[in-house]
Amino acid sequence: MLKVTENQEVNFSEEMLAQFGEIVSHYPEGREKSALLPIMHLVQKEYGWMSVNAMDKIAEYLNLQSIEVYEVATFYTMFHLSPKGKYVLDICRTGPCCLVGAEKIMEHIEKTLGVKEGEVTEDGLFSWRGVECIAACGFGPVLQIGPEYTFYENLTVEKVDQLIAELRKKEQEK
Amino acid sequence: MSRKLLYEHINVPGIETFEVYRQKGGYRAVEKALSSMSPEDVLEEVKASGLRGRGGAGFPTGMKWSFLAKPEGVPRHLVCNADESEPGTFKDRHLMTFIPHLLIEGMIISSFALGAKDSYIYVRGEMMPQIRILEKAIAEAKEAGFLGENILGKGYDLEIHVSPGAGAYICGEETALLESLEGKRGNPRIKPPFPAVSGLYNRPTVVNNVETISATVPIINDGGEEYAKVGEGRSTGTKLISACGNLKKPGVYEIEMGLSVEEFIYSDEYCGGIARGKQLKAVVAGGSSVPILPANLITTTANGEKRLMTYESLAEGGFETGTMLGSGGFIAFDEDQCIVRNTLNFARFYAHESCGQCSPCREGTFWLDKVLYDIEYGKGSQSDIDLLVNIAHNIEGNTICPLGDAAAWPVASAVRHFREEFEWHISHPEEAQTRNFGVGPYADPLVSTVTE
Ligand SMILES: Cc1cc2nc3c(=O)[nH]c(=O)nc-3n(C[C@H](O)[C@H](O)[C@H](O)COP(=O)(O)O)c2cc1C
Ligand code: SF4
Ligand code: FES
Repeated sequence: MLKVTENQEVNFSEEMLAQFGEIVSHYPEGREKSALLPIMHLVQKEYGWMSVNAMDKIAEYLNLQSIEVYEVATFYTMFHLSPKGKYVLDICRTGPCCLVGAEKIMEHIEKTLGVKEGEVTEDGLFSWRGVECIAACGFGPVLQIGPEYTFYENLTVEKVDQLIAELRKKEQEK
Repeated sequence: MSRKLLYEHINVPGIETFEVYRQKGGYRAVEKALSSMSPEDVLEEVKASGLRGRGGAGFPTGMKWSFLAKPEGVPRHLVCNADESEPGTFKDRHLMTFIPHLLIEGMIISSFALGAKDSYIYVRGEMMPQIRILEKAIAEAKEAGFLGENILGKGYDLEIHVSPGAGAYICGEETALLESLEGKRGNPRIKPPFPAVSGLYNRPTVVNNVETISATVPIINDGGEEYAKVGEGRSTGTKLISACGNLKKPGVYEIEMGLSVEEFIYSDEYCGGIARGKQLKAVVAGGSSVPILPANLITTTANGEKRLMTYESLAEGGFETGTMLGSGGFIAFDEDQCIVRNTLNFARFYAHESCGQCSPCREGTFWLDKVLYDIEYGKGSQSDIDLLVNIAHNIEGNTICPLGDAAAWPVASAVRHFREEFEWHISHPEEAQTRNFGVGPYADPLVSTVTE
């Protein structure tokens, strides 16, 4: 279900439009819709999540009905339909990672950040959630952080603490 | 040391760059194919190699290519399936990260053979780092004249495009992948028509796995017959196995097919045995979708033969006592692992990933998840065990795509081989919250764990 909680002002910059154009050129004429997923990734990277305005603007750009964008946004787990923390920790919760301790890591992250799955920390910096296998099972437990989706492998409680501390420090120094 | 056909140079520093890859003999296969072979010659070599699809189903690649329709004036496409999301499988990400030019070289050869001029690599969206790596490799290959117009002056034009997914296991299924590549929800299509006739943009399309496409490089370099000499019977060549779970040395290994499962698990060349000196309890040999086997049945078949890492040997005994090579996602469970909990985890996975198009899969996967949840958390009853088997049976074979089967088999096989453990969970609801069933009889050398 598409639950509209918030909206936001969306205006694509010249630079973004140039990137969109480059993406569209990869697909045959008349098949511009193929550019939808990659363009949505770019937009989410810029705005942090998929607001209705953002989706409507994408639809307008690609000459699609808005519903064609909404139905895609709700199908794929990578698109956030509500605002998230600046760093979203995607922790693998699937079988092979659980064999090597993923559940403990998830509990630890929940405790450390003090928010439930999908929620945002008060400072707006962090969210976390369990995701399904991210093709790093031999190096589990593992998490990824968007928008670059950097992998952090062979996690321990200490490594998680260190990672969160580093990200906090990076933000304070800004 | 066994022969490496894909990963011979994997440890060479800088092999991810065009320069080093080329120094190590890279792109020779493209030169050979374009200067001395016709597309039909390439197809014949792939046929002779006996190569079978590495994405999971093991369908002969040469045969798949020969089904491609070639109507006049209609473009054809090669689509590389880099959606890798089958739990336990992480070889394609590994290959793309460490030796991306192998895939690009394979894409050029395969596209040439199929007559494709625009080929796509559909990479799962979470693999943003790998998408960047591939884009760089493509730019390097283009700069060196191996992509673009009139490649090597031989009159063949090819562009390779990288296209991201956005987090959906079902988009690994080839027709769902094509839908996704067209910018839609990943709902599998009803077959026929098959992609070979009507695929991407309703045009003739071949979808192949990353590893399958990469394997065309040694096939063209050395010839299909040479490739077919490696391996065992109809399981020719080498296979990337991604090994995980409770192993001493998890990782991605290139094996010659025919290696014994025992050697793969216990020898130092490969996994080095079970981690922390524990005992092996069970193995899922080919990614989460294939039947789980207890330790005694994974190393030895029911008729007492050594089990080998081949399509045939792993399947020996059918679903009663065998399993499948699948995608090569090898998951080892030690004595401390709980089969009920893992089965619940997998059931939850499939319920989450079902696209919801057909009712047996949509309803059945959620039902399996719920019943298993009750058993795991001490609220099950003995009749639930047969209920699981019944639900699994009713999903199997009754769905549009094989995700339904993939959800049913792990549950059915867990109950088949580990029934005692399910019964114990139900009869000891409180104790099951505090300790695991343990290794049970499964690790003994073939006693009668097989319930006929
Ligand atoms: C639910 C489901 C998920 C799949 N996921 C993948 C995948 O992630 N990667 C892959 O190569 N094949 C996957 N497949 C198999 C593909 O449908 C297809 O058979 C394969 O890409 C063909 O390539 P190959 O002949 O080279 O193996 C999946 C199949 C199903 C039913
Ligand atoms: S079997 Fe499941 S995943 Fe496949 S089409 Fe049907 S509902 Fe979708
Ligand atoms: S199970 Fe966690 S990455 Fe595969």
